[in-house]
Amino acid sequence: MIAEIGHFALVLALCVALVQAVVPLVGAGRGNAAWMNVAGPAATLQFLFIAVAFGALTNAYVTSDFSLMNVAQNSHTDKPMLYKVAGVWGNHEGSLLLWITILALFGFAVTLFGRNLPPGLKSRALAVQAMISVGFLAFILLTSNPFARLEPPPVNGQGLNPMLQDPGLAFHPPFLYLGYVGFSMAFSFAIAALLEGRVDAAWARWVRPWTLAAWVFLTAGIVLGSWWAYYTLGWGGWWYWDPVENASFMPWLAGTALLHSAIVVEKRDALKSWTILLAIVAFGLSLLGTFLVRSGVLTSVHAFATDPARGVFILLLLCAAVGGSLTLYAARAPAMKMGGLFAPVSREGALLLNNVLMATGAATVLLGTLYPLIADALNLGKVSVGPPFFNAVFLPLMAPMVLVMAAAPMMSWKRGDLAGVLGRLKFIAALALGVAMLVWFLQGGSAGPWWTGAGFALAVWLGLGTLWDLTERIGLFSRPAGALARAAKLPNSAWGMVLGHFGLAVFIVGLTASSAWTTEHIQSQKLGETILVGGFGVTLKSVDQVPGPNYTATRATFEISRDGKAIDVMTPEKRMYRQPPRPTTTASIRSGFTGDLYVVIGDPDPKGGWVTRLYFNPCIPWLWAGSLLLIIGGLISLADRRHRVGAPTRAASAAAKA
Amino acid sequence: MTRKQRRLYFVLLGMLALGGAVALVLTAISDSLVYFYSPTDIVEQRIPEGRRMRIGGLVENDSLVKDGKTVTFKVTDVTNAVPVTYTGVLPDLFREGQGVVVEGRMDKGGQFKATEVLAKHDENYMPKEVADALKKSGQWNDGKQQK
Repeated sequence: MIAEIGHFALVLALCVALVQAVVPLVGAGRGNAAWMNVAGPAATLQFLFIAVAFGALTNAYVTSDFSLMNVAQNSHTDKPMLYKVAGVWGNHEGSLLLWITILALFGFAVTLFGRNLPPGLKSRALAVQAMISVGFLAFILLTSNPFARLEPPPVNGQGLNPMLQDPGLAFHPPFLYLGYVGFSMAFSFAIAALLEGRVDAAWARWVRPWTLAAWVFLTAGIVLGSWWAYYTLGWGGWWYWDPVENASFMPWLAGTALLHSAIVVEKRDALKSWTILLAIVAFGLSLLGTFLVRSGVLTSVHAFATDPARGVFILLLLCAAVGGSLTLYAARAPAMKMGGLFAPVSREGALLLNNVLMATGAATVLLGTLYPLIADALNLGKVSVGPPFFNAVFLPLMAPMVLVMAAAPMMSWKRGDLAGVLGRLKFIAALALGVAMLVWFLQGGSAGPWWTGAGFALAVWLGLGTLWDLTERIGLFSRPAGALARAAKLPNSAWGMVLGHFGLAVFIVGLTASSAWTTEHIQSQKLGETILVGGFGVTLKSVDQVPGPNYTATRATFEISRDGKAIDVMTPEKRMYRQPPRPTTTASIRSGFTGDLYVVIGDPDPKGGWVTRLYFNPCIPWLWAGSLLLIIGGLISLADRRHRVGAPTRAASAAAKA
Repeated sequence: MTRKQRRLYFVLLGMLALGGAVALVLTAISDSLVYFYSPTDIVEQRIPEGRRMRIGGLVENDSLVKDGKTVTFKVTDVTNAVPVTYTGVLPDLFREGQGVVVEGRMDKGGQFKATEVLAKHDENYMPKEVADALKKSGQWNDGKQQK
């Protein structure tokens, strides 16, 4: 019964969304306030209906109602409660329901926080949101109904794929979707602005917090996914340039560019049509990501069971959204008035340069990701594009970006003084070169790859350059007396920038060191045998069978020693789940400042002993620390009073400028 | 700086970035494309040894031999099979009779030396290339493979 209510609520939500997509738009076109005012209540109602549907499905999972096909196929009574709830979005139908729930939540948030939005902009933006809703609700109802019944209901479910029974992955999809769908806000506002024919600083102030929030969620989602892959797949890697990973990375790149170009719109009233285009592209890439993951057109190491027929529907949605919005853009963007002028060497110029580099980077990732599809369609043979392509193309594009990143915040708006900025950074540059040479010397010259020095130099340049800029702003060395007070007065957005940029520098250290100096030992190890990995002695002590809540584990016990002294015990497992009967690997990881010791137990060797895989992955914790700094930076920036969702009005911002 | 100059700057910047990207793509793509073959392709066409490639098919039943950390098995599309050697720990979902994609190089003796063995997170999932290869050799069984 509850399931039928959920299904019915989805149908009602579709009806409401249809009204919300049409009436406010017509009202805004005719200047009819009553029609425009339909948007707010409709968005609230739509959210309530969809929330009811989501609640109904969650209820079915929590109570293990196996008369629902979706629950029967993806859940089991033995599953811990966390994974019963996470099971709601651990499958195709449920994840789409989560998608649409988040979309409706964002629409609802506009009505909550958007009281001082201009009515025309608000009603148009909500109408565009409703159009997206209509598309996805129709998709769910027509092809992927999560409430389909199963007759007769089975006694127990088939269980959730054990690889997904993991805290990292339980929260990965919601965060990723909050990011993907969050870009729909920027998209809707961009379309509304195109319809209105007006983009100004108030528009940018409106779009920035939404974009920033979406960006923070997307960053967190990608990092959670990468972290999960690192510790559950047992391959010792954290990024494979796999199509599914790229699908989330492309919107991240476009979103990062959008975040920065929106600053230029807000502060300088320039780069308007470029920002609009980025908003369209960021959401278009989010839709493309959903399509790639859900359709299975690309072979991916992370692919789950998929159905190409459903992919066609998303592809049509994607074409309609991107095609329609780009057509509108082509028709309307040239009419947009260019705002403040600036010299190529200026903060705007630097932001634009990095925007272009990031957009080009996203385009090359897109090309590499879709090339197998293109080649297949053109009969050029079946190919896959792997990490060598992306490393050779994407990283060289990012290196100049990082170079500019350290200097850009020091430049003034409109017209910057390049020589002056470089003069202020000359010690940092010397230090970066010194570190590069030190790294080269420490790795034994050409015994390691040539680019390690470059990677470390970039990290030092960006990290210390960012900190140096901070010390200059608060006058830490020139006027140390009031430095703390000045630091406290810095706006949150400035702190967000410092943390974000510094976080990227930390990330680059982890990226460089872990890609260059990972050591891997695969061997058949006998009980009591010691293998030396990254300065640690790793001794296999015992292998036992240990029962878990819904699995049996083969647990190996390793003793870790340093200089002959035992310092720790590590217990990697190989688990065999009961339902579905499937094995998983649980690596044991010992993190330290210099890197991770990563231990995996394999199969028994018929000649005695066990196959073990032992890695030392240098500086991996730096990756997570850097990512965390990026997220914290985003959150702090989001807490800036000036960015608070709904704070600005057009009149107020005009007064502030005067 | 006038609007026209700025537009010119914008266009030049874009062209420079795109040009650089195209140059990078062209130099990288010929080395890093990995072609996909079915076991029949390998047996029938003389595929140059030493080139990095992927082979997809099913792991032949009773072909898996483990010798410490080195494993050998055969990848088959039922018509033909290719012997594969791999050093390392096999993915959890690797099993005889299931779909697999191996990446590596052919050596002189006609053995395929795999550096990567990909089996999917989900055992119901069949890599598209494997499904196509099986369809091509007429071994595709609709009822069995589809969930």
